[in-house]
Amino acid sequence: MAETQYAIEMLNITKKFPGIIANDNITLQLKKGEIHALLGENGAGKSTLMSVLFGLYQPEEGVIKKNGQVVSIKDPNDANDLGIGMVHQHFKLVECFTVLDNIIMGVEPTKHGFLQKKEAREKVLALSEKYGLQVDPDALIEDITVGMQQRTEILKMLYRDNEILIFDEPTAVLTPQEIEELMQIMKNLAAEGKSILFISHKLAEIMAVADRCSVLRKGKYIGTVETKNTTMEELSAMMVGRNVNFHVEKKPSTPGDVVLDVKGMTVASKVHKNNAVKNVSLQVRRGEIVCIAGIDGNGQTEFVYGLTGLEPLVSGSIALCGQDITHASIRKRSTSGMSHIPEDRHKHGLVLDYTLEDNMVLQRYFEPEFTSKAGFLKRGPIREYAEKLIEQYDVRSGQGPVTIARSMSGGNQQKAIVAREIDKDPELLVAVQPTRGLDVGAIEYIHKQLVAQRDAGKAVLLVSLELDEVMDVPDRILVMYEGEIVGELDPKKTTQEELGLYMAGAKRDEVSP
Amino acid sequence: MKKNIWKNPAVQALVASLICIVLGLLIGYIVLLFINPSGAGEAIVSVVKNFLNYSKTNLRLKNLGNTLVKTAPLLMCSLSVLFAYKVGLFNIGAAGQFVVGSCACLISSLGWGWSWLPCLLFTVLVGAVYGAIVGLLKSYCNVNEVISGIMLNWIGLYTTNMILNTVKEPTSPYTLHMASEAPQALLPSLGMAKLFSGNKYVTIAVPLAIILAVVIMVLLDKTKLGYELKATGNNKNAAKYAGMAEKRNIILTLAIAGALAALGGAFLYQTDYEQWSVTQSSVPGMGFNGIAAAFLGGLHPVGAIFSSYFIQHITNGGAYVDLTKYSSQISDLISSIIIYLCGFVLFIKYAMNKSIAKREEKQAQQGKLASDTEKGGGGK
Repeated sequence: MAETQYAIEMLNITKKFPGIIANDNITLQLKKGEIHALLGENGAGKSTLMSVLFGLYQPEEGVIKKNGQVVSIKDPNDANDLGIGMVHQHFKLVECFTVLDNIIMGVEPTKHGFLQKKEAREKVLALSEKYGLQVDPDALIEDITVGMQQRTEILKMLYRDNEILIFDEPTAVLTPQEIEELMQIMKNLAAEGKSILFISHKLAEIMAVADRCSVLRKGKYIGTVETKNTTMEELSAMMVGRNVNFHVEKKPSTPGDVVLDVKGMTVASKVHKNNAVKNVSLQVRRGEIVCIAGIDGNGQTEFVYGLTGLEPLVSGSIALCGQDITHASIRKRSTSGMSHIPEDRHKHGLVLDYTLEDNMVLQRYFEPEFTSKAGFLKRGPIREYAEKLIEQYDVRSGQGPVTIARSMSGGNQQKAIVAREIDKDPELLVAVQPTRGLDVGAIEYIHKQLVAQRDAGKAVLLVSLELDEVMDVPDRILVMYEGEIVGELDPKKTTQEELGLYMAGAKRDEVSP
Repeated sequence: MKKNIWKNPAVQALVASLICIVLGLLIGYIVLLFINPSGAGEAIVSVVKNFLNYSKTNLRLKNLGNTLVKTAPLLMCSLSVLFAYKVGLFNIGAAGQFVVGSCACLISSLGWGWSWLPCLLFTVLVGAVYGAIVGLLKSYCNVNEVISGIMLNWIGLYTTNMILNTVKEPTSPYTLHMASEAPQALLPSLGMAKLFSGNKYVTIAVPLAIILAVVIMVLLDKTKLGYELKATGNNKNAAKYAGMAEKRNIILTLAIAGALAALGGAFLYQTDYEQWSVTQSSVPGMGFNGIAAAFLGGLHPVGAIFSSYFIQHITNGGAYVDLTKYSSQISDLISSIIIYLCGFVLFIKYAMNKSIAKREEKQAQQGKLASDTEKGGGGK
């Protein structure tokens, strides 16, 4: 038999969970030395497929072959032994260790029980030169940029002589310039004979870097295409099963009264002594979507915490519809008309071990509609309300209102939160990265909801890291850099390049609120 | 697809608890075999039989009554532990809260001559305050509730010894007999004694403890407060995001847990079944056994009723071991082995889930083989 051209093959994989077939007869063949993109909506089965590859799940049907040989992967150690490595979306690094320590962790070279870091350092430096992965081996992880942290993760795989490299949504946390660099690194790796599996939602990146692309939809394998023979439109239609509108359709905005008025807000940082948010002033009016853009970690999170009451302000004031809420409790802000789609749906947005219906009333359970005067929950109305929201916002789950939130897919968890927050009928909707980790279909849906809120005369404050979202959705863009607003841009007049310069701190205006 | 009853959490909890009990008895039996093989079988049987060791009905009832008298305080301690556990807190301080509860009811009855109801209410108050200290430390100073709970157990013990020194018998380290010195503080029997052939120690404490178990169940499952408390326990950040007062909730939870455990003290000492020894230098085991009872009962208030009874049944049954063959500590040893094994409920559940998953995988593999051969005929 001739030598196979495939580094790894997953053939006819089927994996079922109670009530759902997560992978239905999926075939994925990764050629040696290629960059292969894996595209699919949330809940399409990408994570399950990768868990099967790493031995976290055993498939009911199907085989995995490496270089044409059937292999059995029972746990992640088996996967490591086969030379499969992964850069996770959320890095698995020890913050207080150096880059070098993180790279060698678990496979430390030792002699008589003592660490032999010198050898390790030489190997790491050689690798970093060979593939153009610039890192400072002695820097602590907590001090380096996200881009360098990612390069450390890549070096970790290379140090273990992994041949098959999996990148799970690697660009989500990077600046446009860093994304460029990463693309180049991936190409270098492929040129050196590594096989790369690139999991992404971002069609432009797939078109730019991948050789081939396999598409999954609702657990089923749709097909594999050569990127040079396809278009973004075709890919997205394969992924969603219909044609998707990339552009958010919206009428010109007609801003009305000021709903949110923030003056001189300063918020302390949890991680360093400086303030994370410095003297920020901004206004959001009825009928407009204002977007705070910026690279992750420039104070957006703290700004939202200050705004929604999760963290106290050092100084400044907040007014909602003319009412001062600087010192109001979170509950008071919520009942005064502020809705908040939080950045981290698992940390803040949901009680994961509660049912979907209990999560649907998380912001309203205390209202007379859901709690009797004696303090008992009204189960009947809660169920009805949850069913109404599930229906209206098309939240899909295994068992409807009684599904445990933890068992739902990320996209549907997010839809549940969006449903809950929008249905509160707020004056101000604060949406923080509302589409993070979601597929094109869900993103389109959520963007429509935001625009609908705007058109209904609500004020919408969007915080986003996604350039496409920043350019497409809002009526005004405010760029945040190191805790300050450094520019106000009109999305119709600016370009991604200009935006990138503001986000990277290379350009700034004096902005008057 | 057929539903697997083994996957039902209630069935799992029950089976896991039963496996623990059987394992405990088995290991207890093996230990007895090592010490003295001739009497092992007989001894373990008498432990399990407890009051059934008597042949006369009235003696059986009377001794069943004795077990129930101590079940009530154990149930209170286990409710205290499981209530806090549902809110994500491990109330190891239940032991100390039980102690201060004992102190509060004894000093208010023997020392100040209060009658039973004010004594009970005072006990609840003291227990709540004592529990709230742990809650305050947790929410405002970020002190782990286990650490502060253990510290407060000892503080509670020695403070209690000091205070109760004023109401002890002149010639012994024990506190005065309530029946003779402060009969007004004895919990009313309401005919309970008659049910157990005149066992005067059986009081309203027994039904009251069961009612409180049901109240806790309703509180956790049906009320707004329970919704808030469980949300705080499951995800503190989400609770805060939803505008719940998560600090207040932690303090409130531990105050309620403290009150429950303290009531356990009152339910024991306001029957005059036992007297407090002011020279004791270890925290009474009641609160710690409450932890075992809570887990054995599947962390459910109704389960706790049965598990508390079972643990007390075994403990009392230990008294019937033939002391000519074994030393007198053997009863404590056997019951503690069984109680220790009771803590393994979660482990057994985990093992059960794993074996179910394995079996299903096997079935799936076999199913796959079968369908493969079928497909073979069709050919592709």
